Amino acid sequence: MITKTVKNVQEALKGVENGMTFMLGGFGLCGIPENAIAELVKLNIKDITCISNNAGVDDFGLGLLLQKKQIKKMISSYVGENAEFERQMLSGELDVELTPQGTLAAKCQAAQQGFPAIYTPAGYGTEVALNKETRMFDGKMHVLEEAYKADFAFVKAWKGDTAGNLIFKGTARNFNPCMCGAAKITVAEVEELVPAGELDPNHIHIPGIFVQRIFKGAHFEKRIEQRTVRQK
Amino acid sequence: MLDKNGIAKRIAQEVKNGFYVNLGIGIPTLVANFVRDDIEVEFQSENGILGMGAFPFEGEEDADLINAGKQTITALPGASYFDSATSFGMIRGKHVDLTILGAMEVAENGDIANWKIPGKMVKGMGGAMDLVASAENIIVAMMHTNKAGESKLLKKCSLPLTGVGCVTKIVTNLAVLEVIEEGFKLIERAPGVSVEEIQKATEGNLIIEGEIPEMEL
Repeated sequence: MITKTVKNVQEALKGVENGMTFMLGGFGLCGIPENAIAELVKLNIKDITCISNNAGVDDFGLGLLLQKKQIKKMISSYVGENAEFERQMLSGELDVELTPQGTLAAKCQAAQQGFPAIYTPAGYGTEVALNKETRMFDGKMHVLEEAYKADFAFVKAWKGDTAGNLIFKGTARNFNPCMCGAAKITVAEVEELVPAGELDPNHIHIPGIFVQRIFKGAHFEKRIEQRTVRQK
Repeated sequence: MLDKNGIAKRIAQEVKNGFYVNLGIGIPTLVANFVRDDIEVEFQSENGILGMGAFPFEGEEDADLINAGKQTITALPGASYFDSATSFGMIRGKHVDLTILGAMEVAENGDIANWKIPGKMVKGMGGAMDLVASAENIIVAMMHTNKAGESKLLKKCSLPLTGVGCVTKIVTNLAVLEVIEEGFKLIERAPGVSVEEIQKATEGNLIIEGEIPEMEL
């Protein structure tokens, strides 16, 4: 059996360097690789290109890297809820590439599955399609979007085993599965790490082949961005 | 004239039995509150859930269960979770029956702008471009005019586009309109609103044929 386990986040992030491109899972603050982000802050890795649906909030998630000006470029679909982000973007310190959410997922998945590019109707006729090839299929115009190329993918799962198999929980799944195997090295942090054989193979969401390193996260805050409730 | 809840209530009448529906942020979210109990419908949130339920009771919030507005939610019996690629596969593959979203501007040819005000607001398009490019049944929920009193139903959008020629129906605080080849076809008036008032608030070509009935809410 192939073992993917590494001791801790330090070992999991071995090889990260300034100027690299990282994919980071999560939607808002839900299902983000908190431990990897904290370690990137600690290591003070600079000039990062981040492929992530959102950019966190001012004091959590990718907002922590933004605060320390470690990010050179953000590739995201939605970057609201983050004042520091807006400031850096408007002042030109931060390069931002806004991409439709489904296209973002598809470009990650294309990288995972070996497609050099995909055609999508999203963004046709808008500024997103500027300088991109377009083509008609079945009477409808589509835009050619190339697969992402990344050095590391940092994902967060609920449960994982030593073989790298992953199971996600609720809507914390989001972009995480699409990014597994989409970068040169995929690092998975999990809340619960069990020996291979303990997870039912029928329940695995992502097979271990897409994961190079797996570790149990030391701490998950799992902050809620918008706490909405109803009264009993 | 309708308020936001009134717009949502009118749109709820467009939700048919057996529909899978994607609701955007803002007025569209309110539509779920007005769908009749005898209609079976599943709400999709593009961050990865089908069968979205109401907000949780206090103390039962789950950080791993949110909607696309990042609000804590619940899952109904029969719900499912999936990744973002699968989610947009449902949307791109036209498996979602109805998409309801807000807009800053709609043009008489069905173009929509709702994601960017250059120099002012740059938050991103989220899933809006994917939704409008693929959905065949798109209802826009919005106020008929902006805060300055200017029409949001235009000959041509002035803001950066989200999608081209995609809007099929619009429900505003003043009217229900369909987008047809010649422009905005007036279908219904909001209670107490005259055809003249709607005409005055509509910059794009407004098509008025025969007697225009008042909405039944």
